[in-house]
Amino acid sequence: MGAKATRVAFGEALVRLGSENPDIVVLDADLSKSTMTEYFARKYPGRFFDLGIAEGNMVGTGAGMALAGKIPFICSFACFVIGRFEQIRMSIAYSRANVKIVGTHAGIGIGEDGYSQMALEDIALMRSLPNMAVIQPADAVETERALEYIVTHQGPVFFRLMRQKTDDINPPDYQFRFGKGVILRRGKDVSLMATGGVVANTLKAADILGQKGVAAQVVNVPTIKPVDRELIAEAAFSHGKIITVEDHGITGGLGSAVSEVLSELGRGRIKRVAVEDFAESGDAEGLYRKYGLSEDNIARKALELLQD
Amino acid sequence: MEISDLKAIAKELRVDIIRMLVEAGSGHPGGSLSCIDMLVTLFFHKMRHRPHEPTWPDRDRFVLSKGHCVPALYAVLAKAGYFAREELATLRKLNSRLQGHPDRHRLPCLETSTGSLGQGLSLALGMALAGKTAQKDYRVYCVISDGECQAGQVWEASMAAPKFRLDNLCALLDYNKIQLSGAVKNIMDLEPLLDKWRAFNWHTLEIDGHDFAAIIRALDEAEKTKGRPTLILCQTIKGKGVSFMEGKWEWHGKAPNREEGERAIQEILAQS
Ligand SMILES: Cc1ncc(C[n+]2csc(CCOP(=O)(O)OP(=O)(O)O)c2C)c(N)n1
Repeated sequence: MGAKATRVAFGEALVRLGSENPDIVVLDADLSKSTMTEYFARKYPGRFFDLGIAEGNMVGTGAGMALAGKIPFICSFACFVIGRFEQIRMSIAYSRANVKIVGTHAGIGIGEDGYSQMALEDIALMRSLPNMAVIQPADAVETERALEYIVTHQGPVFFRLMRQKTDDINPPDYQFRFGKGVILRRGKDVSLMATGGVVANTLKAADILGQKGVAAQVVNVPTIKPVDRELIAEAAFSHGKIITVEDHGITGGLGSAVSEVLSELGRGRIKRVAVEDFAESGDAEGLYRKYGLSEDNIARKALELLQD
Repeated sequence: MEISDLKAIAKELRVDIIRMLVEAGSGHPGGSLSCIDMLVTLFFHKMRHRPHEPTWPDRDRFVLSKGHCVPALYAVLAKAGYFAREELATLRKLNSRLQGHPDRHRLPCLETSTGSLGQGLSLALGMALAGKTAQKDYRVYCVISDGECQAGQVWEASMAAPKFRLDNLCALLDYNKIQLSGAVKNIMDLEPLLDKWRAFNWHTLEIDGHDFAAIIRALDEAEKTKGRPTLILCQTIKGKGVSFMEGKWEWHGKAPNREEGERAIQEILAQS
């Protein structure tokens, strides 16, 4: 277990990529010590711009720099940067500006700060914009490989990162493939599709199911948009039972993306494990238990679906 | 209330803030300690409010726009009798009403939910506008922070309040000169700050935000000022009262551990 937060892996990898590509510029909004862009700021002070607590202006400035040929990474807590949705919609998405939006501290896993600092609607909002890619890595190595891809991707990307440390779930030689899910474990009874740090909990849920004689497939979904339709279709046409797991609100996230595909296929059944209601302050583990993201609850949901 | 009483309360509440943060293991001491003197003056001297009747329609309203400093507000509300002091120990714990940032749904004596900077002054403006529209005479007080003034919405609100002649609105700017990752002047300078508010047609005052007599005088002058809102620029010290926290961005969003908390409390108690 390497156990590193994806935001830290991001901050470190950004420094390396910055040396390879002089067009990369980084913008932040008084959170560089939390988004970990401070590593980049220290190494390349001429390519780092702190816009202060003014995320709307950061979005617009980033879009302008992109339209002038740079590859801007605009970074803050996911709730604050995606909170400037209208600016993103207009200045980045509609303008086709090549901006990489980095939102850290996503989900209820941030714990004690509570709802105001938790992004729970960000995937839903970004998924709604044509041309916006949405990527959420599950561990450090996936963060690095995905970031390398993002620099080369033409067009806007939302890169969703977590505050807390996450277990390593991928091998060191992991290759990121845009738009593709990753089968971590094979199983013929039910598919557990998860994104972000909760992929680790989902693997543990599969262990619990295994003890009860249920063979669960576990799929890591780093690209939420465009979502891997092929993989979803495979599950739909084989056992036809899917559980989605995400540290995001129940509306509009991975669960919705998978549901959309299933209903278009006219096949398969789904139960979504995600955050309902506004969540609250608390320790991350307690919150995961209360809001249903613990391995026990993921396994329970799968059993419910199998018994339905 | 006498100034000596306000001083004693502020001292007691500084200790409560430190205790709360030690117990919670996270939170924001710097900005809580820089604004506590204004909050104490508002709640124990100036504002018209009824702790036993939090929804009294004629109460003066208070909006903490810099929501991360809510430990200061919780300490004040508990002392005023809105809830039991013991509840302060539940700050930031699962199932607590005392959320890391204000949640008015869980704790209804809070006027607003805040925690995303830049929004509180608009809420206060709306309350003031509603008061005028209903011909009520309550006043609305809003504490904003300096880093927060980098947010465009603050200036949208500041443009709107004079248009509607909201002399029932008073903003107190906690000018502690430090934000999350450093000095305000290095991250995004605000100066000339008072001139900006003046140019936006506010009545402006500048005071020492830790001088109770000055805070009282300024609040009285704001109340007497007719036809426009008042901005009180409060010169403050981030972490005020705890020498190892004073003026340090490192203590913006980090809770003291038990030993540090004990040292801080001893220091606060030793002050006259
Ligand atoms: C819109 C928004 N962006 C970022 C943050 C994260 N944040 C919390 S406190 C803080 C610094 C605040 O500094 P300042 O406004 O000066 O407050 P004070 O010094 O009084 O604590 C930041 C950036 C936030 N709460 N809201």
